[in-house]
Order: sequence, then structure tokens, then C-alpha cells
Amino acid sequence: MVISEPQNKRKESAASFVPLMAKIAIDSPLSKKAAPASPILRSFSFLKKYRYIAIGVFALATVTNGLAVLIPQTIRWIVDAGIVQQNINILLASLLGLLMLTVVKGLVDFALGRGTEVASQGVAYDIRNAIYEKLSSLSFSYHDSAQTGQLLARSISDVERVRFLTGRALLRLYQHSALLILTFVALLLMNAQLALLSMMLMPLMAYVAFRFGRIYRPLSLDLQHKLAEMTTVLEQNLRGAKIVKAFAQEDAEIERFEAENRAWFGLAQKQVHTQTTHIPLLDFIASLSTVAIIWLGGRLVIENSLTFGELVAFTTYLGQLISPVRRLGVIIPAVAMASAAGERVFTILDAESEVTDAPDAIALPPIQGRVRFQDVSFSYFDQNQRQVLDKLNFEAEVGEVVALLGATGSGKSTIINLIPRFYDVSGGRILVDDYDVRAVTQNSLRDQIGIVLQETVLFAATIRENIAFGLNGVSNEDVVEAAKAAQAHDFIAAMPDGYDTNVGERGVTLSGGQKQRIAIARALLKDPRILLLDDATSSVDTETERLIQIALERLMVGRTSFIIAQRLSTVRMADKVLVLQDGRIAAAGRHEELLHRSGLYAEIYYRNLRE
Amino acid sequence: MGFSLGTAGVKMSGPAGTLRGFADQVEGRSFNLRVLWYLLVFLRPYAVRMLGAFLAMLSVSGLTLLTPFLIKVAIDGPIATGDIAGLNEVVLVMLLALIGLYLSSMAQRYLLSWVGQKVLADLRSALFRKLQELPLSYHDNHIIGVTISRVISDVGVINQLLSQGLITLTGDTLLLAGIIIVMLSLNAQLALVTFSIIPLIVLATMIFARRAKLAFRNTRARNANMIGDLAENLSGMRVIQAFANEDSTYEKFDEVNQANRDAHIEAMSLSFVFLPTVEFLSIVAIGIVLLFGGLSIAQGSLTLGTVIAFLAYVNRFFVPVQELSQLYATMQTAMAGGERVINLLNTEPDIQDSEEARAMPPIKGRIEFRAVHFGYRESLPVLRDINLDFPAGAMVALVGPTGAGKTSIANLIARFYDVSEGDVRIDGMDIREVKQRSMREQMGLVSQDPFIFAGTIADNIRFGKPEATMADVLAAGELANVSAFVGDMPLGYETEIYEDGANLSVGQRQLISIARAILADPRILIMDEATSSVDMVTEALIQDALRKLLSERSAIVIAHRLSTIVNADLICVVDGGRICEMGTHRELLSRRGLYHELYERQFVDVAA
Repeated sequence: MVISEPQNKRKESAASFVPLMAKIAIDSPLSKKAAPASPILRSFSFLKKYRYIAIGVFALATVTNGLAVLIPQTIRWIVDAGIVQQNINILLASLLGLLMLTVVKGLVDFALGRGTEVASQGVAYDIRNAIYEKLSSLSFSYHDSAQTGQLLARSISDVERVRFLTGRALLRLYQHSALLILTFVALLLMNAQLALLSMMLMPLMAYVAFRFGRIYRPLSLDLQHKLAEMTTVLEQNLRGAKIVKAFAQEDAEIERFEAENRAWFGLAQKQVHTQTTHIPLLDFIASLSTVAIIWLGGRLVIENSLTFGELVAFTTYLGQLISPVRRLGVIIPAVAMASAAGERVFTILDAESEVTDAPDAIALPPIQGRVRFQDVSFSYFDQNQRQVLDKLNFEAEVGEVVALLGATGSGKSTIINLIPRFYDVSGGRILVDDYDVRAVTQNSLRDQIGIVLQETVLFAATIRENIAFGLNGVSNEDVVEAAKAAQAHDFIAAMPDGYDTNVGERGVTLSGGQKQRIAIARALLKDPRILLLDDATSSVDTETERLIQIALERLMVGRTSFIIAQRLSTVRMADKVLVLQDGRIAAAGRHEELLHRSGLYAEIYYRNLRE
Repeated sequence: MGFSLGTAGVKMSGPAGTLRGFADQVEGRSFNLRVLWYLLVFLRPYAVRMLGAFLAMLSVSGLTLLTPFLIKVAIDGPIATGDIAGLNEVVLVMLLALIGLYLSSMAQRYLLSWVGQKVLADLRSALFRKLQELPLSYHDNHIIGVTISRVISDVGVINQLLSQGLITLTGDTLLLAGIIIVMLSLNAQLALVTFSIIPLIVLATMIFARRAKLAFRNTRARNANMIGDLAENLSGMRVIQAFANEDSTYEKFDEVNQANRDAHIEAMSLSFVFLPTVEFLSIVAIGIVLLFGGLSIAQGSLTLGTVIAFLAYVNRFFVPVQELSQLYATMQTAMAGGERVINLLNTEPDIQDSEEARAMPPIKGRIEFRAVHFGYRESLPVLRDINLDFPAGAMVALVGPTGAGKTSIANLIARFYDVSEGDVRIDGMDIREVKQRSMREQMGLVSQDPFIFAGTIADNIRFGKPEATMADVLAAGELANVSAFVGDMPLGYETEIYEDGANLSVGQRQLISIARAILADPRILIMDEATSSVDMVTEALIQDALRKLLSERSAIVIAHRLSTIVNADLICVVDGGRICEMGTHRELLSRRGLYHELYERQFVDVAA
């Protein structure tokens, strides 16, 4: 009964396949609320694009199955007619036939393999592109809570599992179960008694293989996870080497690693155990059928109810069946796992961005740069959380420099994140010139805003490409000009490859101050009307800070600028200082006014200058 | 198994397995006795099990050879003569042989895998211990990713060599020799004709192996490219969106994604050529046996049973031939990996506790530098002739431009590096004469780049003192102002920190590492740019807290923001690897030297 299971499954899926595929195809796998289909069916829907290849592959699989059934018959013919009857002509002719069959089968197998690979790699490629497109459309709040490592794992290994499902798994399920039936029919036709005896052990074998797959697959995943955990412990230890040594925690670290190592070994032992109890057993069962055939077949030959050639063909058929039956058993649990992987992949594809362009969003025309916050409230995640901004009202005129001041967590960065619409406000509205930021397209809005974020991200590319990031048709001169204005030209020019120096993951490492100046150059080159600077000059020495200060002052000229001030020097040049406390504006005005008017401001100011 | 014909020579692993088996190799000497000898040491504790595995393997090979012979006996004897009782007997012997094969292959598999995994765990443990022993200079000079691959991947390859490799080598060689001998003794002429196919198989395998190696290397490179591009774009997604650059990064990803797809298709296609080729060759071999066997039977010089036994032996023949040609590739990888692992295990730490090192008594806190010279590399001196004497319990500030040597001074106090000349003393004792850990246990460090470990905030604060109670953690968190932002988190101190502390700002990470140092209750506290990203109000609060806490402790504070250190007992101005000025804030200002200049520059527009 176990053998028929894959067969039924395949039929079921084939029956519901066509209408469902049509349904999914209509609102495309990417659309937000696709049919609540099982992840398996939804995975198959990606095959639609490759349907002609898929159909061809299935046709070829049928051919190769036919050949697989013919080859043992040829061998039987050779033995009975050629060898036993000692007819040399038949022997030669049938041998030639055998070789030709093999050549044909080889060609078919090649086309089959390549077709499967083209289709399933194509599916993986399409899904990865879809994931990428989705991820780049999801807003900051999605990326805040998602972990890069997990997203990567989904796009790499989970997609690989879905690929397996749409490729080899699907093909093998069809090919192997069909082969099983064809072979059984061929055996029955030769000798019913012997056929029943030899097939008797197949269900047992399939069951053992299935059990093996069911236990083994999750186990090897666990093992992989364990290894990943162990790698994390190691990586953390290496990166924190200084801290580990400074706090003399080597022994505790060794104990931590050993604990992971022991847990890994425990799982590895389980894996060894599973292999030991199953794989030799499979071989044993397979050999048992051969012995059974020799035993009964031998008798039948003695009784002259079976020819030698048939005996040989029987064992050949059995040999041919062993690995498909084993594989079927292993594929079924793998399909279950692929289905779980598919589910994880589709959660990404189904994620809805909290920030989307309104259907009637217009492109923001070139702006002057006036920014107004009207009753703006904001909280991260859900509404139950603490209000980060609480009914904030202020206005920045064209070309004004607004300094944001306040304790960690007072809402400074949030203000900066709301203007380019990285998040949407929970209440109130933000106007740029006279446009509500939600009424214009994100791209047209962000194109006119320059940002230097808290942590500078450089891409693995040349310095030139990093400065010109996001801009088309920028000349070399412009890049150098921007770098000079950002006080970055000197250190860039001092590098061996100058502006062509590769930075980022596998390139030269730059200091924090250098990265910041590149980010400033990037913002300068973009020449935006609105400028957002988040914590731009922390952890650099006085000289570098002075250089950055010069760069920033140049950058801000004539632009509406918001700057999170850690230095009082910044505050002094601001047209307007907003002192934030618990999501509200505690005081606002110019430096001199505030010094007299605001106790909080005076406290911050004097604490830093008092001797 | 019986004498399957159609699937001759093709193993279960499928095309991908075949491909990987051939291609996972790196350039390297294929055989290196020194490496092998060294690695065998790790096998020694399990010698008995290995011997057991070897014996089981002998039994597996022998019994594998026996089955086709028994089939021949059955066909030529009882079946030909019609002797049913005889047939039963032979079948019974076959059954016993199969049970023996089952048991011994179970034993072989179990022992071998067990030893392999155990050696793997042992090697990893040895490497990790070694890494804890190595000084910071080792970590400075080695990329973390590379070190990780030593411990994780290279070790895995060695395991393959030691357990599977050795046994496959001996097992397959024996099996092959056995098959050849049996075939020759069954019928020398037929055997020799059949063997004529071997060079073709070897040739096909070699041609394939070479091309597969290139193709698979290509797929790995393309795959790495794709993952790299994706990883980078995911971590830089905010910038991409901020600069509205989604389209062009998508195009770039599409390109690497496509290259990855095509490389895989091309590489896999190779094996779709290779596998049918091997299948064809095996059918040719079978054809040879059938043709010559058939002719010989006609002449009466061979029995049918012998021909059938030959068919079975031919089948078995292909598996070890293929495995052996793959083994060469495995050996190359393993030897290269082994050499790298051994080099790491044999690295001598350049900072070690001397034989007569004593435990550090409770530190009072006097720190002296006597004519200290130091450089991370010999050619580049960083500190020149430094002489310092900080009294116990003093808060000393180090200021000066980037690259002046401030952090190096701090590093030398904790003996992360050894001086090139002169000596560093704590409470009058040369720090090279005390045990490193006994000394560092009494120190606390808040480093420039606040490192946060994976785990909860509480775990991180507790890092230097794992036995600390939650109350201690809370108290330290309170002092370091961690509680101010932790209060907003639903899980409070039990909040899990994302990778690289992504859910914390740099300032928050600094506060946590300050709490970590406070909890460790050090006699000497080193703060290297510890509050550079903390806002000024919070910094002032922390300073007050530390001042109370540090009343009788020594502290070394490095800061660019001069407001941080105006209250220090002593300020050392470092420039170009020398101490150029020393004194209190007032003294230094009145001296109108470098300190005055730095101070003026920082506050110029405010003080004006």
C-alpha cells in the first residue's frame, strides 16, 4: 500500500493542478492576496513560464521508462535465443540492438536532465528576482524587524528547496512510480508467481526508505542549524576577542563552544544511528528479493516453467527498481520539507509594505524645500507602543538649517525618517512645499532629498561608484568636485588607486570619519533641496571633525537642512533649534533666545562648557 | 544485491552527487605524509574502533565477492542438474552470507561515522582552545571569515579524508583486487577481454573530472557572487531606498542571479553527459561478456553460470573504479585543508605566561611605563620612549590626534600586546611576570567599537561576571543609564539583541558596554572613546556615576570630546607616539601648548 501513495498524490495534484494554476496565474504569484493555495501548488505555478519544457520533460520521462523496460527484455532475448540456443546471429544482432537502445536512452536522459535543470533553475531565478523586488519595495519597518541572515537563508536555501520540488522531485515522482508499475506489468507477463514473490518486498523497502527520509531530512537540517549556531558562537568570539580577553572570559567561552560542540556531536550521533539502522537494511531487503528469485526461479527453471533468460531478466528488473524505490521513499519527506520552505518564501512575497505609493500618487515636481509637520504623531510597530512623536508641529522655511537636540530616544531620528517617508505617520501629516508626502510617489520625493544616515553604508564598489550612487550620467569632474567639497578628496587621492579604489566587504577599509565624508560627498553630488543629517560627526577626532564641519557647512548652504546635533557648534549656526523631550518639542528658537528662555537647553549647553 | 544489469555502475547519489564528488577540490599536493601523520594523532584515541571498522570492511568486501559466486554455483550446479535439495542448500548459504553482509556493513558504517564525527568534534575543540590562547595580534592579521572556515569547513574535509578516505581507499582497492582475481580465476580469457573497457572508463572519468572541476568552481563563484550581492543589498536596503536606487540594484541582482542559473545549468549538463557515457560503457562491457561468453558456451568452454557470475562481477567493478578516481580529488582538498588546520594548531602565541608567572595580587592601581617602545609591526614604531607613572586611584585622560598612540597605550596596560622595549608595571610588578588572566580579571575595558554579543541585554552586561545576579545587572544598568532606554522595550533587559546590535543605536551599545565594565567591578578601568556616540546629557550623568564608582579605582580615559575629560586628575597629551604634555586641565590650558590648541579648535565657535 505504501508504494501506491506517491502515485495517488501525483494524481490528486494533477487533477487540481490545472484550475488552480489558472487561478494563481490570474492574480500572479506576486500579488498580495494570491489564492490560499498549498505552498506546493503555488510552487508549481512558477513552472507555468516553462510549461513547454515541462511537458517535453514528462514526455521524455515516459520514453525513458519504456526503454528501461525494454532493455532487460533484450537481455532475456540474448540469453534465451542467443546463448542458450547458441544462435550467433541473434546474439550479435540483439547485442547491437542493446547498445543502440542504450545510446537512445543516454540521449533521452541527457535531454531529460537538461530540461529539468533549465526549468527548475529558471523557477529559482524567477523566485529570487521576485523576492528581491519585493524586499526593495518593503518599507523600513519591515527591514527593522527582519534579520538579514534570515532573509538571505530564505532567498538562498529555501528557494533551493522549492527548486528541488519543481524540478527533480516532481519528475522523479512521476518517473519512478510509472517505472514501478510498468516493471510490475512486465514481470507479471513473464511469470505471475515469480512477479508477486519478487515484488513482495518492494513495499517494505519503500516503507524503510520513507521512514529513513522522514527521520533523516529534519535531522540533517537540525545538524545544519547546530553547525550554524556553533559558527555564530565562534564568530562572536573572534569578533569580540578583545572583550573576551579584557574580561578574562576565555574559559567561559570555551565552555560555551564545547556545549555547542557536544550538542552537535549528539545530533551527529543520531544521524549516524539513523543511517546505520536504515541503509544496510535497505541493501539487505533488496538482496533478499534476489535470493527469493534464485530460490523460486531456480525451481521454476528446473521444472521448465521458466527460461534462463527470464530468470536473468527478472533479476535485472529488480536491480533496476531498487534505487527508484529507495529514492521515492526519500523524496516524499523531502517534498514535505520543500513545502515548508515554500511557505517561508511565500510569506516574503506576500508581505505588504506599510509604505506604498497611493494609486493616484503624482510625481513631486521640483520643490523649493519648505517642510511642515502638522500634528504629527508616530509610534513604531503597533499602536500599543510608546508614542515616539506626540502631535508635533513645526515648520522649516526654504533654506533654513534646523538643528534637532535631545536625549537618546527623544525622537530626533524619527523626524528625519519621516520626511522621506521611510515610515508613515500614525497621525497628522507632513507637507513638503504644499504636498502631503503620502500624495506623491516615493521615488520622486526621495530623489529631491539628500541623506547622511547614522551608520554609513558603503557598497562593494569603487569610491567613485559609491559617491555617484543612485545617480546617472555623472561626470568624473563632478565626483571629484563633490569629494573636494566634502573634504574627502585628499585621503581618496592618497590611496593607490584613487577614486577607483575598491571599498566595502572585500576592499579597503575606511575609518568612520572617511566613510562619513564619502556619504557627505554623495549627498552633495545629488544636490538636493532638502538635506537630512543624522548623527553625522560622532566618534571622529577633532581634526577630522573640523573637516567634516567645513564640509557640512558647505553642503547646507541654500538647502533646507535638518541636522541631529551632537555638537554645540552645530547648534550655533542653526536658524532654528528644536529641543526634543519625550516626543514633544520642549523648546524651539535660535541659540541665543533658547539660552535665555529654555532651562533644558541651558543645562545641555552649560554642562558641556562649564569647567 | 543481485546482478542488476541496466543500472550498472551508476550510484544512487544522482548527478549532483557525482558532480560534487569530482569537483570539490582545491589545488594542493595530493599527498603529504607530514599532514597525514599529524592528523593520525587525532585518530589514535579511537584505534580500537578503527580496527573494528577495518575488520568489518574486510568482511563486507569478502561477502560482496561471495554472492555472485554463489549464484554461479546455483546455476551451474543444482539448477542445471535439477537438484532441488542442492538449490535449497545454496540459497541457505546465500541467505547466511547476506545476513553477515548486513551485520558487518552496519558495524562498518557505524564505527566509521562515529569515529569520523568524534574526530571532527575533537579537532574543532582543539582549534577553538588554540584561538583563545592566541593574542590579539593574531586576530589583527587574520580575516575572521577565513579563521571560521578553518574551524568549520576545513575540518569537515579532513574528517572525510580520515574516516571515509582511508577506508574507501583500502576497501575499494581490496574489492577491486578481489574482483579481478575472482574473474581471472573464473575465466582468464573472458576476464582480460572485459578489462579492456577499464582504460575507457578511467579516461572518461578523468576528462569529466577536469571539466567538472572548472564548471563547479564556476558555479560556486557565481553562487557566492549572488549571495554577496544579495547580502550587501539587504544590509544597505535603507540607503538604496533613501537614494531611490531600487531599479539599478535590481538590474545588477538580476544579472548575477542569471549568471548563477546559467552556471548551474551548464555544470549539471556535464554530468548529464557523463552518467549516460558511463552507463553506455558498462553496457558495452556487458555486451562483451555476453558475446564472448555466448561464443565460449557454444564451444563448451564456459558454463552459463560463469557468464552470469561475470555479469554480476562486471557490475560491481564500476563502483570502486569510480570511487577511487573521485578519491584523488577528495585527497587534494583534504590535504590542503589539513595543512591549513595544522598550521593554525601549531601557531605559537607570541604572548604567553612565562613559566614562573605568578597570580596577580589584588591591584591597587599604580601604573608605570618605563622607556616603553612599541609597534604593531617592527617597521612601524607607534610608541617611542614612553615614561609614565600614574598613581593608584587616579583618573588619567589620554588625548591627542588620531593615530597618536592613545589606544596603543591602553592596549599595553592590558597586555594585549607586548612592548618591544622597556617595561609596563602595575603596582611595581612587570606585567610579563604575572598570569595574564589573573591581571585582566581585575581590569575592565570599554573599547572604541562597542562589541555586543548575540544574546539578551542582560547577558551582555553580565559577560565579564557570568555569576552576577539580576539585581547586580539592574544596578549596573542603572548606573550606566542603560535602564533609561531599556525601560521602553517590552522585554526590558531580556530583550534579544539582533545581529550586530542592529536594534540598538551606537550610543546604546556604548552604554551597555559601560554597564558591562561597571558590573565586572574592575580595579583598573580603561575607557577608549567610551561615550563618543552618547548624547551630552547622558554622558554627563554617566560621568557623575563613574566618578563615585571609581573613587578608589584607577581609570584610563581616552576621548576626543574634551568635555569628557576636563575633570581628570591627570591629562596626558599624546602626539606622534610620544607624551608631549602632562598636567591638569587648567595647567595645560595655561601652558598654551597642543592641548590648548586642541581645546580652542573644538570650542572655537561656541566660546567666541
